[in-house]
Amino acid sequence: MIRDITLGQYYPANSILHKLDPRVKLLATLTFIAALFVAKGWPGYLAATIFLVVIIRLSRVPFSFMVRGLKAIVMILMITVVFNLFLTPGDKILVQVWKLKITDVGLRTAIFMAIRLTYLIVGSSVMTLTTTPNDLTDGLERLMGPLKKLHVPVHEVSMMMSIALRFIPILLEETDKIMKAQIARGADFENGNLIQKAKNLVPLLVPLFISAFRRANDLAMAMEARCYHGGEGRTKMKPLIYARRDYAAYGVVICFLAVIIALRVVL
Amino acid sequence: MSIKLEHVNYIYSPGTAYEIHALKDICLELKDGEFVGLIGHTGSGKSTLVQHLNGLVKATEGRIYFHGEDIYGADYDMRRLRSKVGLVFQYPEHQLFEVDVLSDVCFGPKNQGLSAEEAQERAKAALAMVGLGEEFYYQSPFELSGGQKRRAAIAGVLAMEPEILVLDEPTAGLDPKGRDEILNQIQKLHQEKGISIVLVSHSMEDVARYVQRIIVMNQGEVLFDDVPREVFCHYKELEQVGLAAPQVTYILHALREKGFFVDENATTIEEARDTILDALRSGRQA
Amino acid sequence: MVQAQGLVYEYKKYDEEGRETEVTRAVDQVTFGIQKGDFVAILGHNGSGKSTLAKHMNAILTPTGGTMWVDGRDTREEDKLWEIRQRAGMVFQNPDNQIIGTIVEEDVGFGPENMGVPTKEIWERVEESLKAVNMLKYRHHSPNKLSGGQKQRVAIAGVVAMHPQCIVLDEPTAMLDPNGRKEVIRAVRALNQVEEITVILITHYMEEVIYADKVLVMDQGRVVMEGTPREIFSQVEKLKSYRLDVPQATLLAYELKRAGIDLPDGILTREELVEALCQSN
Repeated sequence: MIRDITLGQYYPANSILHKLDPRVKLLATLTFIAALFVAKGWPGYLAATIFLVVIIRLSRVPFSFMVRGLKAIVMILMITVVFNLFLTPGDKILVQVWKLKITDVGLRTAIFMAIRLTYLIVGSSVMTLTTTPNDLTDGLERLMGPLKKLHVPVHEVSMMMSIALRFIPILLEETDKIMKAQIARGADFENGNLIQKAKNLVPLLVPLFISAFRRANDLAMAMEARCYHGGEGRTKMKPLIYARRDYAAYGVVICFLAVIIALRVVL
Repeated sequence: MSIKLEHVNYIYSPGTAYEIHALKDICLELKDGEFVGLIGHTGSGKSTLVQHLNGLVKATEGRIYFHGEDIYGADYDMRRLRSKVGLVFQYPEHQLFEVDVLSDVCFGPKNQGLSAEEAQERAKAALAMVGLGEEFYYQSPFELSGGQKRRAAIAGVLAMEPEILVLDEPTAGLDPKGRDEILNQIQKLHQEKGISIVLVSHSMEDVARYVQRIIVMNQGEVLFDDVPREVFCHYKELEQVGLAAPQVTYILHALREKGFFVDENATTIEEARDTILDALRSGRQA
Repeated sequence: MVQAQGLVYEYKKYDEEGRETEVTRAVDQVTFGIQKGDFVAILGHNGSGKSTLAKHMNAILTPTGGTMWVDGRDTREEDKLWEIRQRAGMVFQNPDNQIIGTIVEEDVGFGPENMGVPTKEIWERVEESLKAVNMLKYRHHSPNKLSGGQKQRVAIAGVVAMHPQCIVLDEPTAMLDPNGRKEVIRAVRALNQVEEITVILITHYMEEVIYADKVLVMDQGRVVMEGTPREIFSQVEKLKSYRLDVPQATLLAYELKRAGIDLPDGILTREELVEALCQSN
């Protein structure tokens, strides 16, 4: 289940999307999400669909990878759809079962909500799958740069994020291992009521925390040993410099937003 | 007839890009009272295999019988199996969690449904078996030395009174003395308590000194399954799959080539010494 | 290159009210000198103080008594801290807990980035360091997908990219399988011989020590033996009393000698043993 989350996972490939500046990808993703909420009616969604399909093809990441990210939100998706389907009032009642009605407006909203959410997740997955976590945090660091003047520890926050991303898979594996080791000692993580279940987690959580602290300690030492002393006086191996393709990408994104707005205004 | 595996296959994440065929058609029988070494390099499937023995991982295909009963049977009691087949993971000290050593070791027996007193009795007996005396009962497990922590963790599994004890690299990261202490303790468990032992290791030297039978795994398959001296005869094949026979095997083969009349199948230092002495004293060369 | 004079390090334990309860001497009056270009091994059982000593060579710890000099710099001088850490790089035991980057090459670039090396030079350094440990073809991989030996070589490359004069490896092979151990030791030896980097290898695997120029044996925070591998390994009984071992070939030679066979002292490899037996016959 946890392993199905593709957000935050990088898929190495050699595509134009992989080469784009992370700032472009971040801003484009935000724009795309905004556009999803601006879009209205079938033409708008058609435009978004075309845009998304083209982007996915360009990324050279297998489609099955994107879809896997959806598994994690299937429940949220279902709930949204069900709520919209049954609880939206409308003029024409399509189906009525006891007190629950499905109206034409309800059906429309449900479908659009489902599309929006799906596209939102797939769109963000495209970004994380084509951007290394380091690039991502670099991009964020640069975009947030102005906040430094307000004494926001931008460098530290982005360093923390990239370290968290590096250690998530390691800690997941560790959780799995400790769980198995305790099951081998007769631990039970499945049965019992809520309080019992919470109590049963102690043999898992204590070793996990200890291990996380030990790792944090080791890592801090290793970073210091490699002369890490905060963001000051640091150079970058991969500094962010806009290339021509990045400007072109901005152009494409702006055009896309314009089309979506135009469709909304015209229709 | 204690554990029998029939045509066991295991596939990780089947149907995805990450599909790995970790175990391929494994047929094995582990008999009561045996001391078996399971050898293979990282990724050979040995860790996956041992997790099948107590049902932590379920085979994609194939059957496993414990005392003749199919452990995948509909009403088979998996928890009872787990107390009969004790599995000690790699770096088992990472699973310690209680405030003191004694309560940590009690965790297993308590899960088996024993009363607090019975659990304590078992725990004390188990701690004695690994050589941790009364002075350790109320110490925090986190304040012990590396070797002591590991022994406390092994006691945590022993306290469940398993018939078979499976240890996944119990000596990893220990210094030479710590390694010898743990292995001697395990040997004692085998000899005095009659517990069957499966020792997973990469070290041929360690295994050669203690076990009666060696199973060599490579790429999910059983490559050799025999007594140590027979397995080490294949030292050239072992090398091809990234393993090595004990150093003495190489020395004896080299001596044999130089014309010494030595028994090149000796596996331990003591055996090697004796056969070299014999060869030298007889003075005759082959 | 690295020099210690009467080095002492004491851990203090405090009770809940902050009173000192116990003082443990992890390093006790240690004096030694390591020459530029040397390959020095430090042996000792778990808890003998060898890791604590190692952490002094990179100024992660500073002595509570005595002095440690790295390339002529006293590790207690705070303004020399970064110079010292750049000159004496350090590789730790657990490969997972010292890789910071999510891509191999980004991790190797981490040290030079911290030192403020210009971008173009970082790339050159990353490339040559990965080449030096034979990991160049994995530069775009994620460290999580590598084997233990490969991860450890990446960690070594990360230190090499800082252009140190000396690398301190604190049990780099303790968590690896035999193949991983061989890979790492091969890489370390190459750095010593080809790049002429001073190597200080801390270990309790006897087979890894054979190639060292000098061996220090530690017990209870003190250096108890010092010499060439041959000199050290000819004292089998003494090593055993320090919870250590000797290589298998050495042990067999020792057993044969005890049974009255005339063999030279300090046999280290199986080839040497076979050779010596042929001659004695």
